[in-house]
Amino acid sequence: MKFRSVFDIIGPVMVGPSSSHTAGAARIGLVARHLFQTEPDWADIHLYGSFAKTYQGHGTDVALVGGLLGFDTYDERIPQSLKLAKDKKINVQFIEEPDEHDHPNTVKIRLGKGNDKMELVGISIGGGKVEVKELNGFKLRLSGNHPAILVVHNDRYGAIASVSAVLAKNEINIGHMEVSRKNKGQEALMVIEVDQNVSDELLNEVGALASVDKVTKIHD
Amino acid sequence: MFQNVQQLIELTDEKKISISEAMILQEMEVHDRSREEIIKQMDRNLTVMEQAVKRGIEEEVKSVSGLTGGAGKKLYEYMQKNETLAGDLLLDAVAKAMATNEVNAAMGTICATPTAGSAGVVPGALFAVKKKLNPSRDQMIRFLFTSGAFGYVVANNASISGAAGGCQAEVGSATGMAAAAVVEMAGGTPRQSAEAMAIALKNMLGLVCDPVAGLVEVPCVKRNAFGASNAIVAADMALAGITSRIPTDEVIDAMYKIGQSMPSALRETAEGGLAATPTGRRLQQEIFGKTPR
Repeated sequence: MKFRSVFDIIGPVMVGPSSSHTAGAARIGLVARHLFQTEPDWADIHLYGSFAKTYQGHGTDVALVGGLLGFDTYDERIPQSLKLAKDKKINVQFIEEPDEHDHPNTVKIRLGKGNDKMELVGISIGGGKVEVKELNGFKLRLSGNHPAILVVHNDRYGAIASVSAVLAKNEINIGHMEVSRKNKGQEALMVIEVDQNVSDELLNEVGALASVDKVTKIHD
Repeated sequence: MFQNVQQLIELTDEKKISISEAMILQEMEVHDRSREEIIKQMDRNLTVMEQAVKRGIEEEVKSVSGLTGGAGKKLYEYMQKNETLAGDLLLDAVAKAMATNEVNAAMGTICATPTAGSAGVVPGALFAVKKKLNPSRDQMIRFLFTSGAFGYVVANNASISGAAGGCQAEVGSATGMAAAAVVEMAGGTPRQSAEAMAIALKNMLGLVCDPVAGLVEVPCVKRNAFGASNAIVAADMALAGITSRIPTDEVIDAMYKIGQSMPSALRETAEGGLAATPTGRRLQQEIFGKTPR
C-alpha cells in the first residue's frame, strides 16, 4: 500500500495549483534540502515527462526551488521562490529533458555548494506523495510501504552499528535495510525501512553520529 | 486493515461502525496516533477548505494566467438573485467547487482532496449539503474521513494521478469519494455509500486530463463543478436504493485499466484533447509566448 494515511488523500494543505506538480515538487525539493543540509549555491533541475512539458503552468519550478529553500507545501512564499533564490544569489537552471523516465513526473536535482555536491532523482506519484529513486547515483529500492530513513555515511567499521544502536534505543524496528557504497572507505548510503514513525529528534540523534554525514526521512 | 471497498464494508458490518469510524481506527493503528490528534488534523484541513470556499465566493479571484477566476462568485450571486432551474443545493455545490478550484489556480491555499486539481469536489458537495442536513462540526469532519476511506482504496488499487490515469483518476475519484460521504452524512448505510461511489465513478470513466497550456484551470475548474453535482445526484440515487450492477471494486479496477490504456497525450501533458484545440493552442501561445511542444 503506497498510500498509508487518510491525510495522503485528504491533504496536504498546500499552495495550488497541482498536488503532484506543485506540492509533490515542493516535497522533493525539501527532501533534497534536508539531505544537503544547507542552502546550495547552485541547482540544476532536470525535468522529465509531464514535469518537463507542464512545469511552468503548474508552478513546478517555483515549488522545487521553494523546497530547496526549505519551504513546505503550504508555505505562501512558494510563488515568489524564484525571486527569493535570485536575491540569495542561488544559481538555478531548469533543463527540459526529452527522454521518458519510468514515471511521468520525474525530476533529477543536482545541487552544489563549494566542493560539496549532491544528486537526487525523485518522482511525484499523485496527491502530493513522492518517492526518492536515486541518491548520488545509488539506486534506492524502497517498497514505499513503510517510513524510511536515508543515511549518507562514511564507509568504515562501526558506522552501521552506531545507527542501528540509536534505532534500538528508540525502540524502532528495522523491517528492511540496504547498504551500498561507491568505493571502499568512501561515501556510502544506508536505506532503512522501519515500522514506527520517525521523529525529528531521532533524525537529529542519528545525524549527530560521528560517521554520519547526512540523514533524512521519506515516506511518512 | 482494509485494502478494498469490499473489506471496508465487511469491516463496518462486522464491527457495527460507520465508514468514517473505520478510517479513524485504521489511522490510529497504522500511525500509532491518538484519536484526538487525528481529529484535530482533519479539523484543520476542514478549516482550510472553508477559507478557500469563502475566498472564492467573496473575492474576485483571478489566476496568474487570467484563464480562470470569478465563476464561483458569479454563480453564487446569480443564485441569490434568481429562481434557479437546477435548484439551490446543487448549484451551491457547483459554485463552491468552482470557488475552491479558482483559489487553487490562483496559487492560493487549499486542501488536496485527493489532489489539488480535484480539490473542489469534496468541499463543494460538503458545504452544499451542510445547509440541508445541518451537521455538527464532528459530522463534517467525519465526512472527510469517509471521503478519505474511499480515496485511500482508489489510490492504492488504481490511481489518483492525472498524469498516470487521466482526469477520471482525479475528479472521478473525488466524485466517488464525495458521493459516498454525502450518503453517510444523510444517514445512509456503508453499503449505500459504496453504491454511490460506484455509480458516481462509473459516470466519470474515460475522462481524460487535457489541461489547456498545462494549467490546472481549463477545463479543471468546471470539471470540479460537475464532479460536485454528480456526487450529490449519485448519493440520492444510492439513498433511493439504486445499486450498481458492477461492484465498486471492479469499477475502480476498470478505472485503473482505462487509465493505463490512455495515450500519454491525454494524461496531463497538454498535448491532446482540449489543450490541442486551436483555441487551446492559441491560449498556450499567449500565456507562455512559445509554440507548444
